Parts: sequence; structure tokens; C-alpha cells
Amino acid sequence: MMGLWEWITDMGNSKMVALLLFMGTFIGVVIFLFANRQRARKFETYRYIPLDDDDSHREPVARRDKTKSDEQ
Amino acid sequence: MSQAATTAGAAPAASVATSEQYNYAIIKRFAIAAVLWGVFGMAAGVWIASQLAFPFLNFDIAQITFGRFRPVHTTAVIFGFGGNALFATSYYVVQRTCQTRLWSDSMASFTFYGWNLALILGVITYMMGITQGREYAEFNWQIDIIILVVWVAYFMVFLMTLLRRNQPHIYVANWFFMAFILATALLHVFNNIQVPVGLFHPHSYSIFSGVQDAMTQWWYGHNAVGFFLTAAFLGMMYYFVPKQAGRPIYSYKLSIIHFWALVFLYMWVGAHHLHWTALPDWVSTLAATFSILLLLPSWGGMINGIMTLSGAWDKLRTDPIMLFLITALAFYGMSTFEGPMMSLKSVNALSHYTDWTVGHVHSGALGWVAMITFGSLYHLMPRLWNVNLYSLKLVYVHFFLATIGIVLYITAMWVAGIGQGLMLRAFDQYGNLAYTFTESVVFLHKPYVVRAIGGGFFLAGMLIMAFNIAMTVRSGIKAEAREAQAASTEARTA
Repeated sequence: MMGLWEWITDMGNSKMVALLLFMGTFIGVVIFLFANRQRARKFETYRYIPLDDDDSHREPVARRDKTKSDEQ
Repeated sequence: MSQAATTAGAAPAASVATSEQYNYAIIKRFAIAAVLWGVFGMAAGVWIASQLAFPFLNFDIAQITFGRFRPVHTTAVIFGFGGNALFATSYYVVQRTCQTRLWSDSMASFTFYGWNLALILGVITYMMGITQGREYAEFNWQIDIIILVVWVAYFMVFLMTLLRRNQPHIYVANWFFMAFILATALLHVFNNIQVPVGLFHPHSYSIFSGVQDAMTQWWYGHNAVGFFLTAAFLGMMYYFVPKQAGRPIYSYKLSIIHFWALVFLYMWVGAHHLHWTALPDWVSTLAATFSILLLLPSWGGMINGIMTLSGAWDKLRTDPIMLFLITALAFYGMSTFEGPMMSLKSVNALSHYTDWTVGHVHSGALGWVAMITFGSLYHLMPRLWNVNLYSLKLVYVHFFLATIGIVLYITAMWVAGIGQGLMLRAFDQYGNLAYTFTESVVFLHKPYVVRAIGGGFFLAGMLIMAFNIAMTVRSGIKAEAREAQAASTEARTA
């Protein structure tokens, strides 16, 4: 255990430590996203957040000025 | 045509309560400031591009020579146009997706005045010849401190708004905005550690020296591209593309992978700006390797954005705002392919110190950053003032002017850069340089003229946008005044 700690804290191994750390975290994120189907489905429901209080499907409002857009 | 476009796109909501529920006043200010800085910054860009083609245009006036005016251009477009647009859209997106009002109206106002004051001071000091001499961070040390204070206020407003959200999940666009705010703070602080000459003296010295200073500058420089000009505008993309398309983003899981991969990889690539210098070779190789890896998340994000339109491609025929957003993603894909390619040491040996780099930067800055901003602002402005966009035809005209401008710009710079690189590397049979430096400058004249014309096209589009937005805002203000008058008349008669 002490040997492993010495290897990690040796600056000469910093590139390998950084690689393992970042690669491991990234693989962890991918596993977290895809391993559990229920969780994966739940994540996909978040896609709709911008459309939750959606106003972009409605027709233009008549109470406003007629602009060039209306005439085109 | 226009009705189809407005149904999903330019139509505003009629929600009277919206402007009370959310702080739209601050977004309006930032959005208008973005347009004004865009006009000024792009005009400055066309001016200095014309100076390179026709040097007499500096008229022997020191304040407008290329050396002083170039940082005016970069500051105005990156921090003025891009920065104000990011403040506007991030404040809009965080409120809409968290379904809550901004945490502090006064602190949000402070970010507006503080940010724009810093930029104006920057422009004035550059023209006076006062500069820190660090690319994209030319502000002298006093202005650096103003920016730092503003940025902390921005972080607080954004974070506290997230904390008081009514929506349990933090939408991915806000992740990108948060990464941009945190990374920019980190970059700004470490790149600007300076020893001032005196308390009231504008000049200062970097705490780093030699290759370490160069490395710090390009760690900042490339991450400014990565987090300010990419991650933040991806936040914009993840909200405005689905919103304008009226459909959810193609894959939310892909957006999460895109986010984490991008923030892991970007921090390592700055050293590819210093290939073949005194920088240790392993650092160069590391930067090139991570640059190649960056292609994967970049293209993943591009595909995620473009595929949002899957099954509704017809929108591209009827909605000019969608054209802006999707073309921006196409340019994002192109420039994130070109970047890793140029980071390879062998390609870099040809491209570095030539105009190819300038062309690459502008394919990203004009094609990706400006186009996604135009699309987002065209979506945003009618909603802020609760009025229809003045003219959709003018949006089409803007789109084609901007696209022609970019194509002229980047092709001219490819010709200039590759030609220049080849001329500087050519040897005759005796091992002497085949061309003098002056010959390479003469060769550059025609591409420089084409570049200035391309910039002129892009600026013309920007002016049309400013007119379209001004007319939209004007009709919104008029309608508000009419409604207020009607309401007061009604109250009196009752």
C-alpha cells in the first residue's frame, strides 16, 4: 500500500496518474449514464425542460403592432 | 413563408406575467449592448483588415494603427459582442429552465455596468497605447481587477439562481454556462498575476518569465477559446436550438458525455500554440494528443445539435433563424476538425506564423460564435419585447451576407496562409531561401483584399441585423406605451 502511495506521489508518474484519474472518471460517467436503463430513461426526460413552459408553438399574438413579418 | 417560420420561431409569447416573473430588463440591456458592440467591433475588424491590404489607411494616426486597433477589434467582438450576448442568454436560460427569477436584480445590474465600463476603459487605453501585451487579455492591471469583481458578482447571481430553482434538475445548458464562468475566473486570475510598476501606474510585469510565461498565456488563450467561445456558446446552443426547432435535443445522454469530455480535454491543449519553441517536446505532444481527442466530444455535440432537427428538416426551408443555428453547428464541426489537424506538429510547422491560423480562428469566431449568437438573438429579441420580429426577409438577407462573407474570409486566408507557409519554407538548389520576406508580403496583397471584402459582407449583415432589431424594439416600446395608455384610460373611466 505504501509503495502504491509512493508511486502516486512521485512527480515522474504524474502523467500516468492524471491519465488514470481522468480516464477513470470519464468511463465512470459513461457507465453511470448507460448501465441502468431506468436511469438512462430518466435522463432522457430532461430533454424537455426547455419546452416545459413552452411558448414557441403558439401562434403570433394579434394584440401587437403589425410588422413586416406579418405582411410577408 | 413567414407564418410557417413564426409558428415555431419568431412568434412571441403573450404571457404578460412573464416579464414580472423573470428579470427581462437586464437581459434587454445586455442584448442591445451585444448588438452595439457587434457593430463597433466588426467595423473595427474590417478597418484593420483594410489597413493590412492598403496600409495608407492608418493615415499616420497612432491611435488607429493596426497594433493599437487590433486589440480594440478583438476585445469588442469577443468580450463586447460575445460577452454581452453570453450574459443576456445565460440570464435568460437560467431563469427559464430553473423557472425562477434572477437572484439579485441589483447585482445583475452591477454586472452590466461593470462589464461594459471595463470594456470601454479597455478600448480607450488600447488606443492610448496602454496594453499588458497578452493576447486577448490586453487590459491593464486596474481593469483586470474591475473584471474580477464583476465576474465574482456574475458567479454569485448565476449560482444563487440555480440554488433557488423550482425545477429539480439543472438543465445541461446551465452546466455549460457554469463551466464557462468557473473556468474563465480561473484563467483570468492566473493569466493576470502581475507586479504593478506603481499604484497609479498603468503598467505591470508578469510574475512568470520566459517559456513559463508563454505557456501561461497560451493556457489562457486556448482555454478562452475553449470555455468562453465554445462551452458558453454550447450552453446557448443547447437551449436555443431545441427552442427554435420546437423539439427536444436529440440525446440528453450524449449532451452529458459532450460536457464532461469537453471540460476534461480542453484544459490540456493550450501548448499546441507553442509547437517548435522552447517548450519541452513532451508538453507539445501532450497538447497535440488531447487536441485530436477533442474532435470526439466536439463532433458529438455538433451531431447532437444538428440531429435535433431530425424528422423536421423542412424547417430549414421556412425558418431563417433555424438556418443561422444549424449553419453555426456546421461551422463548429468544420473548425473543430481543422483545429486538431493544425495542432499536429507536422501541419503546424507549415501553418504556424501564417494567416491560416487567422482564417481558422475566424471560421470559428464568425461561423460558430457569431452565427449561433445571431440565431439566438433573433429568437430572443421578439420574446423580450413581446412583439413580432420586424422583418424575416431581412434575416434571410443577413444570413446570406454573413455566409458569403465567411466563405470569402476563410478561403482567402487558406490561400494566404498556405502560400505564405510554403514560400517561407522553400529553398533553392544551394540551400538558400527561395523567397525573400518581402516577396511573401507582396503575395499576400490579393488575399488580404478578398479578406477585407469578406469582412465587409459580414459587417453589412450585422448592420442589417441592428436595423431589424432596432425596429423590433421600437414597435415593442410603442405597443407597451399604447397598452399603458389604454390601461390608464380604462382605470379613469371605471
